[in-house]
Amino acid sequence: MYSPTILIEAMINGLLTGAIYALIALGLTLVYGVLHIINFAHGAILASAMFAVWGLNVLGGIDPYLSILFLAPVFFALGYGVQRLIIGPAAKDDDGNILLITLGLSIFIENALLAGFGSDTRSISSDFSFSVVEAGPFLISSPRLVGFAGSLVVTALLWFIMSRTDAGKAIRAVAKEKLGASLMGIDVGHVYALTFGLGCAALAVAAGLLMPTFYVNPRVGGAFVNIAFTIVVLGGMGSIPGAMIGGLLIGLVESLSGLLLGESLGQIGIFIIFILVLLLKPTGLFGAKA
Amino acid sequence: MKLSGYIPIAVVTAALAVVPFISSSNTLFNFMVMSLIITLAAQGWNILGGVAGQTSFGHALFFGVGCYTASILQVHVGLNAWVAFLLALLAGAAAGFILGFLSFRAGLRGSYFALITLAFAELMRILANASEWTGGAAGLLLKLDPGFANMQFESRASFLWLALAFVFVGLVISRAIAGSRFGAHLVAVRENEDAARALGVDVLSVKLKAISLSGAMTAAAGVLYVQNFLYIDANIGFGVWISVEALLAPLVGGRGLVLGPLIGTFTLHGLGELTKSFAGRIPGIDLMVFAVVLIGVVAFASGGVLGLVRRFAPRLARRIAI
Repeated sequence: MYSPTILIEAMINGLLTGAIYALIALGLTLVYGVLHIINFAHGAILASAMFAVWGLNVLGGIDPYLSILFLAPVFFALGYGVQRLIIGPAAKDDDGNILLITLGLSIFIENALLAGFGSDTRSISSDFSFSVVEAGPFLISSPRLVGFAGSLVVTALLWFIMSRTDAGKAIRAVAKEKLGASLMGIDVGHVYALTFGLGCAALAVAAGLLMPTFYVNPRVGGAFVNIAFTIVVLGGMGSIPGAMIGGLLIGLVESLSGLLLGESLGQIGIFIIFILVLLLKPTGLFGAKA
Repeated sequence: MKLSGYIPIAVVTAALAVVPFISSSNTLFNFMVMSLIITLAAQGWNILGGVAGQTSFGHALFFGVGCYTASILQVHVGLNAWVAFLLALLAGAAAGFILGFLSFRAGLRGSYFALITLAFAELMRILANASEWTGGAAGLLLKLDPGFANMQFESRASFLWLALAFVFVGLVISRAIAGSRFGAHLVAVRENEDAARALGVDVLSVKLKAISLSGAMTAAAGVLYVQNFLYIDANIGFGVWISVEALLAPLVGGRGLVLGPLIGTFTLHGLGELTKSFAGRIPGIDLMVFAVVLIGVVAFASGGVLGLVRRFAPRLARRIAI
């Protein structure tokens, strides 16, 4: 059996990683809540952000955390453009079509990364990557602690944008009643692009927070996107607090099932939760009606 | 349904069947066999995703069930390949029925249905990667022993004809469905599920029949795959690649149409081969072309290749009954 110390340590690390998962899920749930689409390209966009962090570090010697300041606005602009130029015009009000367009985008980005960087796995490791903080008997990874803090900051920022700014109010108006919002003079296309841009900016932050402890290759998005889907479904599609709580729960489940069942079966707990939530309560813990 | 509906099927099959007499190029054989295997998987997808409108993102589930049922029964039980094939069909149908029973009864539609199919395929991938029966991460190797009884052939042409025969049966089934009462029910469910129910269509039962048939057909593609390559592992059997292939082909060829999956697969893989010959062997370049074609088709030509034929050559389209 495992000692309580190991179990508690695994739980702490699970919660810390879960906060970064929550950050990844945040953009997905926001886009779902406003545009009512599941963005299958989410994982591929995360992978490209991770490559950008890696590239800035290797070529420019820029610290992963510092690169966030540069990459978040760039990815916001990229997301805005992709929604405006590709997804929006191609979607034509058909949900099935948008699903397929984002699937196409995902295949394109993933393979463009493969063509550009090859299939090798790359990582950034410094002394900081392996440093730990001692909290009583527990050893906690410092980069995960930073990731946790970063995720909370971004969530707070997003909450501020959504509740206190005009842009946020416009986003909420469109999410609630698209037609009504457009009749009140809100440019729905602009709000859609804004939301998509915010989702991508959150991914750039997540990429910066992940890179000190994680590796990147063109297919890495797939692993994260499955986790993000699960979180979004668990928390309720479109719910921001749901994404945060769902993220923490999934981090916990992954860490514990990894410890108890072993590495290769570690993700199985996640998929079982995913399937059960979809079958039993597809609206999730905090979601509105499906 | 009039017999004339089957003429295009006979013509296309005959045209593909004579290829081995014209060329013996190994590249061409490999291209044809792989395209036919994917066509079969895509035909399975098309019944559920095209005709009945239930977009699945996880047809790898059925492909993998076909692959593993056939290989496990041959490797561990020593069963005859043809018996294993029939049981693999049953297993594919059962997998479809179970997935359908769970998700359709829970009322999952659209994105939610797409997500749960994906989740089941991934769950099976993880299990297959960890289980002893499936050979774990190392995969399963079938014994090389050519002979009709083992569904293995000395000549590449024989395997090509076998794959073509499977695709032919798939085409005939799809055509028969298109002209049947069951087919009309499937289309009604796709166009407006609630209206179909109001008109007395037993929606759940119709969907369950569609997903079971779809599962069996895609499982058959899995069996062909293992009989051809004599090897299977979790990332091949339950990998995302085959889910994507099974869904892309009907969309590109013509969603819901009998010849859609066949035309789509050959168009996409033809384009992929062309790209490779121009751009060299850069990894991923062919899939980038797939993605651009997918986005282009969804955005500008939602009827696919056959939809374009309908639009620009309506008389031809009527004559060849598409």
